[in-house]
Amino acid sequence: MDSMTLNKPVQAAVTQPVKMSARDVKVFYGAKRALHGVNVDLYQNEVLAMIGPSGCGKSTFLRTLNRMNDTIDICRVEGKILLDGQDIYDPRLDVVQLRARVGMVFQKPNPFPKSIYENVIYGPKLHGLATRKDEFDAIVETSLKRAGLWNEVKDRLHEPGTGLSGGQQQRLCIARAVAVSPEVILMDEPCSALDPIATAHIEELIDELRESFTIAIVTHNMQQAARVSQRTAFFHLGDLVEVGDTEEIFTNPRDERTQGYITGRYG
Amino acid sequence: MTEIAEPMQTAAPVSLHTGNAATKRLKARYAAERRFRLYGILAIVFACSMLVILLSTLLKEGTSAFFQTEVKLAVTIDAGTIDPQGTGNPAEWDRGAFQTLVSDALYKEFPEVTGRLEKRDVRGLISPVAGVRLGQMLDKDPSLVGQTIEVWLPASDGINQIVKGGIDRDLPELQRPINDQQLAWFDSLEQRGDVRSAFNTTFFTASDSNYPELAGLLGAAVGTLLTMLVTLAISLPIGVAAAVYLEEFAPKNRFTEIIEVNINNLAAVPSIVFGLLGLAVFLNFFGMPRSAPLVGGLVLGLLVLPTIIIASRAALKAVPPSIREAALGMGASKLQAVMHHVLPLAMPGIMTGTIIGMAHAVGETAPLLMIGMNAFVTSAPDSLLASSSVLPVQIFIWADKPERGFVELTSAAILVLLAFLILMNGAAIWLRKKFERRW
Ligand SMILES: Nc1ncnc2c1ncn2[C@@H]1O[C@H](COP(=O)(O)OP(=O)(O)OP(=O)(O)O)[C@@H](O)[C@H]1O
Ligand SMILES: [Mg+2]
Repeated sequence: MDSMTLNKPVQAAVTQPVKMSARDVKVFYGAKRALHGVNVDLYQNEVLAMIGPSGCGKSTFLRTLNRMNDTIDICRVEGKILLDGQDIYDPRLDVVQLRARVGMVFQKPNPFPKSIYENVIYGPKLHGLATRKDEFDAIVETSLKRAGLWNEVKDRLHEPGTGLSGGQQQRLCIARAVAVSPEVILMDEPCSALDPIATAHIEELIDELRESFTIAIVTHNMQQAARVSQRTAFFHLGDLVEVGDTEEIFTNPRDERTQGYITGRYG
Repeated sequence: MTEIAEPMQTAAPVSLHTGNAATKRLKARYAAERRFRLYGILAIVFACSMLVILLSTLLKEGTSAFFQTEVKLAVTIDAGTIDPQGTGNPAEWDRGAFQTLVSDALYKEFPEVTGRLEKRDVRGLISPVAGVRLGQMLDKDPSLVGQTIEVWLPASDGINQIVKGGIDRDLPELQRPINDQQLAWFDSLEQRGDVRSAFNTTFFTASDSNYPELAGLLGAAVGTLLTMLVTLAISLPIGVAAAVYLEEFAPKNRFTEIIEVNINNLAAVPSIVFGLLGLAVFLNFFGMPRSAPLVGGLVLGLLVLPTIIIASRAALKAVPPSIREAALGMGASKLQAVMHHVLPLAMPGIMTGTIIGMAHAVGETAPLLMIGMNAFVTSAPDSLLASSSVLPVQIFIWADKPERGFVELTSAAILVLLAFLILMNGAAIWLRKKFERRW
């Protein structure tokens, strides 16, 4: 846990503008409260890692950020979530547009059972970002390049995306998310189904994507959190216990629960 | 194995999983598995032998219906007999007179026959409706009027059955429809080479008739086709729409639960109840015509609706939720997620369910009797509102007739119905494969 902190630049977080912020977010599944008032900011061009023991509400919080919780009937969200200062739970806001701005990569790679090409252009087509074949071709190429997949698949763009390896599939999902040029990308344990090499590949990728996007990532792997993120949030039993610079959190946590978790006493 | 097992035994000599008791348990398990396999094989053998018995009986009974005994006669088409007014217009012909021409030709074959009763026996050799066949020929080629032509005409049902062995010619005279004298006449015709066994095209080109040698399946087959079209047209879209709504959009509450239970129950409702419903609603309330493929199709459509809904829901449920999440996460609306991804993926399952439902409908008889599709219809329906029969009802009607000729027609019609079903199932498999290839 020491090597990863070495090559981190000194935090520049404070100078970045706030991209998204959560204010007193409470989430209920039926009568059960899964989050008890979360306050956190996502800064532009930064990676925020969310860690915490299983069932503490990391995925729940992540899914509030692009309103994926809307799809769960019994789920209710209170509080405010702002994207560029605008409340995303405002009933006048179109959720389709929101999800174009806040993309998501899931824990299990879930490419559509269509060709690689169709997977990538699905979003742009849906949102009407392109109409001509050459425009789509360009989107496919840049997105796959950004996801570090282009060289591996450029000769078989029209083969099924489900025929790729797990790591390739996950990068395809990232390419698919990137293709609509979102502003924020949410990732829920994107590497948990992958081997170490594929994981390293994706971690590198996340660091590159940070140049253009704001990223929130849930992970169970603390080394990973330390490697890819600038800031880390620690959740415990539905509470956001602590959030701060990754280096701070891992070397000098303020809360003893954080301390206990990162030193492996529980979780 | 033994080298490894030995040192372990010395370390733990009394293990729960070795020793005599364990070996015994193992043996018992092997025996149970063998027994189970045996039961399975027995069940399959039983099912297969039943199928073989069914098919071989049908083939034995039915194949003869595809052939018909015909007699060659030199018929003189006397213009004065068939066209007493001399109009030259086929529509004015005296249709009854054709049979007279046939009888006259027959008497010429047996010049020694003069008595009235004997003449009647001679006429018994040939089908009482052979004249209809002759009339059809002349309709096609009116220039034959006035000539003497050699034509092959269907033998009577009795002769037909004797030739095919349906009736034993060695039976006592009184027990067969053909007497000794007639048999002798027929044998002499045969010696002259004037008898043949021809493929029974009538079976495929004609509709129902009171005479087995004139009866065919065309009307019932066309009726089945039209009925199935209506069934498909109403049950597939409604069934899929209902399934998609219930599975993907409907809130999960008491009300939808009740609907779900009711749909499952509907699938088990006896089909005749749907017939009663059709009678009450479509015929009595909406005043639709009886015996029409439209009404039959509507009734069968309601009948297969639950099957299609249940199969479609199962197919939708089998689509992994991660696909829905992926689409929603990309900003697709719920409807788009369903239309772009979930429904196409569920399509093979939906197709299979639909065709199973349709195959069920093809063989359905009882509800159609309720709406009068057992009418005696002698021509193929030309519209959805025309009177019509369907294959299973035709089989039912024929099975009820006393003539020996209809017995073989019944089996032949069952064979045709089975062929229909095999075709449909083949189509189901083909469609499923085709859709599945698109991953
Ligand atoms: N669809 C749901 N219906 C009801 N309760 C839910 C649902 N999803 C999550 N919960 C509950 O909300 C709490 C938080 O779950 P969440 O999935 O956010 O945890 P997590 O931190 O992502 O855990 P993990 O690390 O195991 O993924 C848990 O107690 C869980 O049981
Ligand atoms: Mg989770």
